[in-house]
Amino acid sequence: MKILVLVKQVPDTATQVKLGADSKTIDTAGITWIVSPYDEFALEEALRIKEKRGQGEVVVVSLGPARVKESLRSCLAMGADRAIHLVDPAWDGADTLATARALAAAIKQEAPGLVLCGRQAIDDDMGSVGAQVAELLGWPCASWIIEEAVDGGGTSIRVGRQAEGGLEVFDLPLPAVVSAQKGLNEPRYPTLKGIMGAKKKEMKDVKAADLGLAVEPPALSVVALEALPPRPPGRVIPGEPAEAARELVRALREEAKAI
Amino acid sequence: MAGAFWGIVEDDRQGNPKKVTAEVLGEASRLAAKAGSQAEAIWITDKASESGIRLLGEWGARRVWLLENAAFAPYRGEVWTPVVTELAGTESPKAILGAVTTRQRELMARLSARLGLGLSADTTALALDGEQLVATRPIYAGKLLAKVTWAKTPWLATLRPNVFRAEEPQPGVAPSVERPAVSLPAARMTLVERREEASTGLPELAEAEIIVSGGRGMKGPENFVILEELARVIGAAVGASRAAVDAGWRPHRFQVGQTGRTVSPKLYLAFGISGAIQHLAGMRTSKVICAVNKDPEAPIFKIADYGIVADLFEVAPLLTQEFKKLLEK
Repeated sequence: MKILVLVKQVPDTATQVKLGADSKTIDTAGITWIVSPYDEFALEEALRIKEKRGQGEVVVVSLGPARVKESLRSCLAMGADRAIHLVDPAWDGADTLATARALAAAIKQEAPGLVLCGRQAIDDDMGSVGAQVAELLGWPCASWIIEEAVDGGGTSIRVGRQAEGGLEVFDLPLPAVVSAQKGLNEPRYPTLKGIMGAKKKEMKDVKAADLGLAVEPPALSVVALEALPPRPPGRVIPGEPAEAARELVRALREEAKAI
Repeated sequence: MAGAFWGIVEDDRQGNPKKVTAEVLGEASRLAAKAGSQAEAIWITDKASESGIRLLGEWGARRVWLLENAAFAPYRGEVWTPVVTELAGTESPKAILGAVTTRQRELMARLSARLGLGLSADTTALALDGEQLVATRPIYAGKLLAKVTWAKTPWLATLRPNVFRAEEPQPGVAPSVERPAVSLPAARMTLVERREEASTGLPELAEAEIIVSGGRGMKGPENFVILEELARVIGAAVGASRAAVDAGWRPHRFQVGQTGRTVSPKLYLAFGISGAIQHLAGMRTSKVICAVNKDPEAPIFKIADYGIVADLFEVAPLLTQEFKKLLEK
């Protein structure tokens, strides 16, 4: 079974993010880039499915500028078999829907049995692309899964989906799109052998025209990015614990009116 | 009516709309009033109730579009999406607003793809600017705010719980109820089972107005009982930092932070949480933040409105007593 994993390159959480000169994008100088953590859960699960079945292929796909190759390479080092890089100036500033259209077109060409992605990327936190891709393809979709099992014949997948107040277990006929929630697995680290081997694996560039796509104006566009308004300065309540606790409760009732 | 502001109902699956729906309808009503339109509720359920419909009216919905059918439970995107699409096609709403819940996040994303429309997910503010709607949403772990706008209507957005104000309930305002005939798509995904979470007897994390959270400083799973006692007194949910979850002290569904839940309660009490960026990402839009930590240098104090530098094992039980005294008055 061929499994496609959708990944996104994002700034590391701890990295400092500054406004760009146009106030619509960020200044990318000095940013440390990583594969979005939820996408690592998706990739890990794809590798496990392949290992369990003893056959198959895991292909990672990502849309973005040239720097994305580095993240794709680390996915190959983790164990993916090959990578597809959707790279084209036409996709600069692509919103989630444009991204989903490009990914859906690439998926159609590859015709995998299963598509895995993270439940959201930790840069813009939209959490939309997986479900959009499923809708564009007309495939069943389960979001926020924390367990899965593909049946022996590779014709269906059983997933546990996190829902409000409980876990819902579904059978989905394949092909389908599922998105990974934390708790699905613990992603592996690339081995030295994996890192060396990754250099020899295929990484293909794909442009919008290769997918027969005309780029449309974004459905959602950024008007401006702003720095967070500063929180009013807080205060540390001094004194012995008993005294401080009393004062905190008083302040929460009388000043903050929070209780 | 055409040009209405729709709010998708989130319910408890027992026929009762949840509090977050009051917030969504509140915002829909305010925007609609500015645009000379009205708020309407879209309730897709297998089980509606008269009291639920009444509530939706009190919360601001002038009309309730009731889509009640056994096929709507459990939520399946492949069933709900075509139904909302069909209704939107005939009724031409100006906006479709949902709540940030797992199912509505997925539903709205599918709708956006189906209708070719933009979606602002996890929105924390909406403002009408002439003919344009502008949404504000935190990005990059909440380090920046993005203002976004749509190329065309209907505007699609999901709203972060506890951020938007519900309108004062207007008792006795009865909404008109429409039961539109829609075609039911066949489902391909089938439910095997639903495993209910063991009830904590405390509010749900995502909707709670007060959250008490513990981090690495809790030292072990057995100590969370201290926070649970405090939570019970003040009606709070109990959350945890990634450190506490990764240590196996609390199930992942209680994690607050970038790889957990994003919450925005009226009051957030952090115990033994250092305040790493990835934690702040999940709680920095809380209205009042309190931190108790032994380390005076802990970054959590930088965003806390009130801090106590002390041993949480001493302070937490004292706070429980003080809150008890206050609330018994």
